[in-house]
Amino acid sequence: MIELRDIRFAYADRPVLDGIDLTLEEGELVLVSGRTGVGKSTLLGVLTGLVPRFSGGTLTGDVLIDGVSVIDRPPRERAHVVGYVGQDPVAGFVTDTVEEELAYGMEQLGLPADTMRRRVEETLDLLGIADLRHRDLRTLSGGQQQRVAIGSVLTTHPRVLVLDEPTSALDPTAAEDVLATLTRLVHDLGLTVLLAEHRLERVVPFADRICLLTGDGGIVVDSPATVLATSPVVPPIIELGRAAGWAPLPLSVRDARRAARSLSLPPPEIADPPAGPSVLSARGLTVAHGRTVALDGVDLDLRSGHVTALMGRNGAGKSTLIWTLQGTQSRRSGTVAVGGADPGRLDAAGRRALVGLVPQTAADLLYLETVADECAAADAGASAPAGTCRSLLDRLVPGIDDTSHPRDLSEGQRLALALAIVLTARPRVVLLDEPTRGLDYTAKAGLARIVADLADDEHAVLVATHDVEFVATVADDVVVLADGQVVSSGPAREVVAASPSYAPQVTKILGPPWLRVDEVVAALEAT
Amino acid sequence: MGRAAAYPLLMALPTQPRLARDLHPVAWWTWAVGLAVAATLTTNPLLLAVLVATSALVVMARRSDHPWARSFRLYLLLGLMIVVIRVAFRIVFGGVAYGRVLVDLPTVPLPDWVAGVQLLGPITQEALLAGLYDGLRLAAIVVCVGAANSLANPKRLLASVPPALYEIGTALVVAVTVFPQLADSARRVRSAQALRGDASGRVGRLRRFLVPVLEDALERSLALAAGMDARGYGRSGAATRGQRWTTGILLLAALCGLCVGTYALLDHTAPRWLAVPLLVAGTVTAVVGLVSAGRRVERSRYRPDRWRPAEVAVAASGIAVGVAVWRLGRTEPLVVYPSLSEMPYLTVLVLAGALVGLLPAVVAPPPRQPIAPPLEVG
Repeated sequence: MIELRDIRFAYADRPVLDGIDLTLEEGELVLVSGRTGVGKSTLLGVLTGLVPRFSGGTLTGDVLIDGVSVIDRPPRERAHVVGYVGQDPVAGFVTDTVEEELAYGMEQLGLPADTMRRRVEETLDLLGIADLRHRDLRTLSGGQQQRVAIGSVLTTHPRVLVLDEPTSALDPTAAEDVLATLTRLVHDLGLTVLLAEHRLERVVPFADRICLLTGDGGIVVDSPATVLATSPVVPPIIELGRAAGWAPLPLSVRDARRAARSLSLPPPEIADPPAGPSVLSARGLTVAHGRTVALDGVDLDLRSGHVTALMGRNGAGKSTLIWTLQGTQSRRSGTVAVGGADPGRLDAAGRRALVGLVPQTAADLLYLETVADECAAADAGASAPAGTCRSLLDRLVPGIDDTSHPRDLSEGQRLALALAIVLTARPRVVLLDEPTRGLDYTAKAGLARIVADLADDEHAVLVATHDVEFVATVADDVVVLADGQVVSSGPAREVVAASPSYAPQVTKILGPPWLRVDEVVAALEAT
Repeated sequence: MGRAAAYPLLMALPTQPRLARDLHPVAWWTWAVGLAVAATLTTNPLLLAVLVATSALVVMARRSDHPWARSFRLYLLLGLMIVVIRVAFRIVFGGVAYGRVLVDLPTVPLPDWVAGVQLLGPITQEALLAGLYDGLRLAAIVVCVGAANSLANPKRLLASVPPALYEIGTALVVAVTVFPQLADSARRVRSAQALRGDASGRVGRLRRFLVPVLEDALERSLALAAGMDARGYGRSGAATRGQRWTTGILLLAALCGLCVGTYALLDHTAPRWLAVPLLVAGTVTAVVGLVSAGRRVERSRYRPDRWRPAEVAVAASGIAVGVAVWRLGRTEPLVVYPSLSEMPYLTVLVLAGALVGLLPAVVAPPPRQPIAPPLEVG
């Protein structure tokens, strides 16, 4: 049993956790939820000991594991009871191969050789990664890496497993794999799991309890249905339940479907998006990295005023396609035409004026100390009148302080700043690579509004993402890539409805053509 | 030696393919260092060529498909470059004033303040050969080290340091891993920076490139440090204060002994009793200190590399080559250090001594092949 007693944590001037009491029972999965920046990672860090040792700040209170206080012990002395898996599994890997990585923690504890041997085999089987044992960690897919990271802390037989956003970088199928593995550990081994996650729609069905950080330093801990009834951050399924007035709130798609049988709705009004002229047209794109074929004869059209979502599993070639359209990635064959010009044949400045791209790590673009400096540099770089970038930023996200450091901004604000810098060059085509990573529901709604505004402004927008709910909100068209080829493309409503792993929750519950909660709300109001 | 004696040998020959396994990295390094030592002790180009060929053959026979195994070609190229540069320097700066003139180039007149340096001038056969031999020697050493690097996983070598040095070993392993990551993030940032306007000068450009790369590196190292700490890296053992002091004093004494001993060995005016005895005493103290430090370490190794007969044979063959060339340098100096005015040649004994280094191509087990990863796309 793990107990947190009267935990208080504050950075110099800002309290984060204010008198938190939390008890974790054996064999339960507790989901830590709340808006970005309320201290989810901090709460996890208190348990692992990484807070305050790696974060700074002052911590008071007590952490008890089986009645023994561990608050004064550094993380390494808790390694045998608390297992921790960080956001990016690759960043935490110490060794080269799967087998060595699984053994690493046990080596540190000084376990005898035969015990290590046995536990490595058990863990390989438990996580279904036995066939990967000799593989290089960096050649694994995202889901496999995450499972190896979980396995590598399981081998020390900890009492509690702490995970920080284990599925945020994964495609829907890989995320389901990882969550199924976690559920199995909770059920079969009686392991206690504490996990923080933004994408509630993925995790809520597996959670025994939810610990909601309210934002004022306090927490609410209760069964998922109770917490979600009033929570500010909820998955679409709960929004739907709230709108339809279902009680108790259904948590799984299965329960919701049963509740939805009583619902009789008029079919939604589907407004065809205005079909603007094609701005970017790509034909037969083929790209090879060495001997591996990354893109294989891809055709794509981006039309003005349209938002296209690019989906596909990790490593399907989404990023390659985006960089090829932008022109930096050289292609083997095929053509790209943006208003008659080929960005691949232009210099960097010419490309910027045609195609704007916000890369996966938006921070790579930023290098100055203040937002004002960044904006000024962007204006100068694009030879735009002074203040262009700042006014773009104010339209995207109003109210960012000129003097704040770009690193101190929230994920959503930083993304908006990078986007504003890119838009300063006035490109007609905007490409976004995985923009929803690390965004909570509010920030995602803000991003959806930004993307819709860009489209209204006659931009052609392409968004590569794993987030099916985000796609349901913003996309007019969807293109699905697999193994470098387009496997399906067409209007969002048709493409996502046809695929079980890419269907949003509303479609899963009510069936096509329903896509979004606001459509259902409108229909409910009409009746 | 009759048939009867050869018979058991034949029986011992494997009838099935040999089991593939990775040889202990220290064995490969001992072998390579032996060959490299042999290369430093000779200027005979034929002998050097034999040494290079030996290591190349062994690498061909026993390297795996791992990424580090593909680096051997680079070392060969580097060796070739060294030879070319050495010879070119001899031509440009002349230096050897005697011997048979091959091409009589005019000397470029230089101002007085660079007296002693000669530009161009007559090229003699001796100058060319001296450059060639010298370059070949350096190239052979580089190729031997390259061979060890391609045959043994450098990370596993670092991991097989004694337990007392484990922390340093891990730090080195992490440092080795960071370099490819740094290259990765540098490439990412460079392409990302091309996405925004550029109005800055050279300093500004350097800054806008370096700031994100360094921030990224710092964040990664912090994440790795947090991850390692959370997994128990650096757990304190149960050492008492007294034990820690003993270990510390032993290691300090060993360091002093080794320094003074090495100095005395190299400086011939120092008293002789300082040289070898102190060196030996220092080494012994160091070993005792490391054992004492290692005893209180509570760490264990998962599937450690073991020393088996094959490891002994590989290491011994390398040492044998080194010792053989050193011995022959005394008994047959004309073969090992050929004169610049005569055709170098090899005797059977010297050739045999160098060819002992080929033994690992046969006695070492074939390496375990990694299971081919699926095609990586993305």
